[in-house]
Amino acid sequence: MPLTPERVEQKLRERFPDAAIERQTGDAVRDYTLYVPGESLVEMCTFLRDDAELDFGMLPWMGGCDHMPAVPRFETVYNLLSLSNSLRFTLKVRIAEEQPRVPSVVAVWPTANWHERETYDFYGIEFTGHPELTRILLPDDWVGWPLRKDSPLGYEEVAFTHNTPNRRLPSPSLKKLAPKKVKYRAQ
Amino acid sequence: MSDTPEFKPLRTLAPSTAPGELVMPKTADELLYEEVERGLLFTKVESMVGWAMNQARANAIWPLSFGLACCAIEMMAIAGPRFDVSRFGAEVFRGSPRQADLMIVAGRVSIKMAPVVRQLYEQMPDPKWVIAMGACSSCGGVFNNFAILQGVDKIVPVDVYVPGCPPRPEALLHGIMKLQEKILASKPEIGPIPRKRVLKQKGVA
Amino acid sequence: MRNETMTINMGPQHPSTHGVLRVALELDGETIVACKPIVGYLHTGMEKQAEYKTYTQSIPQTDRMDYISPMSNNLAFCLAAEKLLGIEPPARVQAIRVLLCELTRISSHAVWMGTHAIDIGALTVFWYTFREREKVLSIYDHVAGARMTSSYFRVGGLSRDIPEGFLERCEKFVDEMPAHIDEYESLLTRNPIWLARTQGVALISGKDAVAWGVTGPTLRGSGVNYDLRKNEPYSGYETYQFDVPVQSAGDAYARYQVRVQEMRESVKIAKQAIQRIRELGEFGPYRVRDFKYVLPPKEDVKTSMEALIHHFKIVAHGFFPPVGEAYSKVEAPKGELGFYLVSDGSSRPWRMKVRSPSFINLQALPVMVQGRMIADVIAAIGSIDIVLGEVDR
Ligand code: SF4
Repeated sequence: MPLTPERVEQKLRERFPDAAIERQTGDAVRDYTLYVPGESLVEMCTFLRDDAELDFGMLPWMGGCDHMPAVPRFETVYNLLSLSNSLRFTLKVRIAEEQPRVPSVVAVWPTANWHERETYDFYGIEFTGHPELTRILLPDDWVGWPLRKDSPLGYEEVAFTHNTPNRRLPSPSLKKLAPKKVKYRAQ
Repeated sequence: MSDTPEFKPLRTLAPSTAPGELVMPKTADELLYEEVERGLLFTKVESMVGWAMNQARANAIWPLSFGLACCAIEMMAIAGPRFDVSRFGAEVFRGSPRQADLMIVAGRVSIKMAPVVRQLYEQMPDPKWVIAMGACSSCGGVFNNFAILQGVDKIVPVDVYVPGCPPRPEALLHGIMKLQEKILASKPEIGPIPRKRVLKQKGVA
Repeated sequence: MRNETMTINMGPQHPSTHGVLRVALELDGETIVACKPIVGYLHTGMEKQAEYKTYTQSIPQTDRMDYISPMSNNLAFCLAAEKLLGIEPPARVQAIRVLLCELTRISSHAVWMGTHAIDIGALTVFWYTFREREKVLSIYDHVAGARMTSSYFRVGGLSRDIPEGFLERCEKFVDEMPAHIDEYESLLTRNPIWLARTQGVALISGKDAVAWGVTGPTLRGSGVNYDLRKNEPYSGYETYQFDVPVQSAGDAYARYQVRVQEMRESVKIAKQAIQRIRELGEFGPYRVRDFKYVLPPKEDVKTSMEALIHHFKIVAHGFFPPVGEAYSKVEAPKGELGFYLVSDGSSRPWRMKVRSPSFINLQALPVMVQGRMIADVIAAIGSIDIVLGEVDR
């Protein structure tokens, strides 16, 4: 019998009876997603990876998301893949706005290293236990967390004549500055 | 008739002499003078050297092989078999900025990359030219946001802008030909630039 | 005697880093002690910008991520949005998508082969592979109107129908492609210099590859048989006959063999797709008939009031997906490319996250070159086939 996500949830609940596990609901939640508490995240991930039946050996990606007016504000998303069962499973951790902090899963899957750095770079979520939590995509001296919803896009107005007072249409006198038309191949 | 276009051949023949006009045959002396004038070029030495230098610079541009994003792939395509930039003398792509005299900024310049681009430009020996290839390096293109420099002309002087996203290789070739025109029309610097002027450019004196 | 290591910097401007990758290397003589890729020199803020654009407006951005295989990127985004909406395009549209994606795979692998060979010192291959790539680009030009940044797929279908003479053109290309692949192979496969530079170089075991999240030909070159087209099929791939090439050596040469074989398999799939499009009708409806989300056909707009209103609404505001989220992935030429979309019910995505294969495969570079010679770094970077536009997004 092929492994189903329900079976994964059942096994997880059996192994962690006390943890507050909650299935994400909604009309258009297309992937099987569980909310798990941050404290037991590393243990759960190790269990999911090492269990012979589940065998979630790969972490294809993880990322963050900012649900600004909602409380708690942030969440991190972990997409797990079991190669032997061709099954995907999604875990989510909710994170509060002050001191956003979540344990790092680099010890479970080394590939989480850059993903967590990227999430830190974009959202300022701190991953405790990460070997080297620095900015990755933005310059090191960047200030702010660009993908947070309260951070602006940084739009720069296009300079047209109607919105730039000192901009003039090219005057005929500028023609003098233009390069002379020459033939560049001697005949 | 106004709607028939005027026929303009590329080279017009000299107007024939009006019928009935008497044409004097040229003397042997006059023929000799014409022959001498045709074979000789009377000019100042300086302008002739300048002309020769411009010709040399325009017809052997060495671009820096430096690609940033999508446009770089089209820049590679002009070196490929179909477009073959060596027809215009610009096929020697150099890996080091110290050997190149044209920088084709092919792609979007991020804020993180901008200092690097500027440094590469400064490492190139004079005379040097810059082509901004594509919408991104000309003005930011579709990426009007926090991460992308809105036009590479904010950090280096640009000689030719090639529009497009990405420009077709033909458009880049046209840009290179425009640059050749510009080089041919420019006043070349011969010999080392006077020190006074260097200081002035740097704003010291 | 003191034992000192030297740190050297490679890039961001280096002819063989495929763009603006920077690698900091710590060397002991010529042996690599530590290798640290530094990325972000092409960070474009696409994920942020997508939050300010409607779903359809985001499609052109996806072309500019992996600019060597634009169609696969379009497909991944459209599939994610379709999953969110709960619609599925007609079979004919799926066949056209499969055909174009397989042509994309051929052209992407051709570019990879040319540039990788240049890095290693074999310049000739470049002229051959770019010849075929130009043919694929003119096919794009024919069907989408742009050579590289095609933006041809739409959520729920295509931007327009395939033009006349398109299938014949594709057929001609796939018929002559196997001979060209033989040509490339005659230049490289048994070339002793090529073998010396790639065999046993950039080794990564299957176990490491899985732990580092490596996907695509790099994973299959390490003996792990996982291809999304077979294991988690999309766009009707389960109905095509093809094999997934796997090599167990885990070195740069194995990846080369996998990619060459993949090109041959792509030719097979493309032939079947052409056949299928012919069977389903060369011209026909090319979008889902669900006017809440997808533009109605032009004839309807001109004859029916309701269609006109839908057309106007979708062009002016975009469509409004239900509140929720979806992750969808395709087997792009470089590995698993996925888009994670979160919708808050408005016409713009609340969050778009890109799972880009190059970013994750590049992370395994230190594993591949640890303790090896400095010259192998070039071969390793080339063999994992990265595109910096996708690494930095
Ligand atoms: S102009 Fe277009 S093709 Fe060129 S780098 Fe920018 S986005 Fe890419």
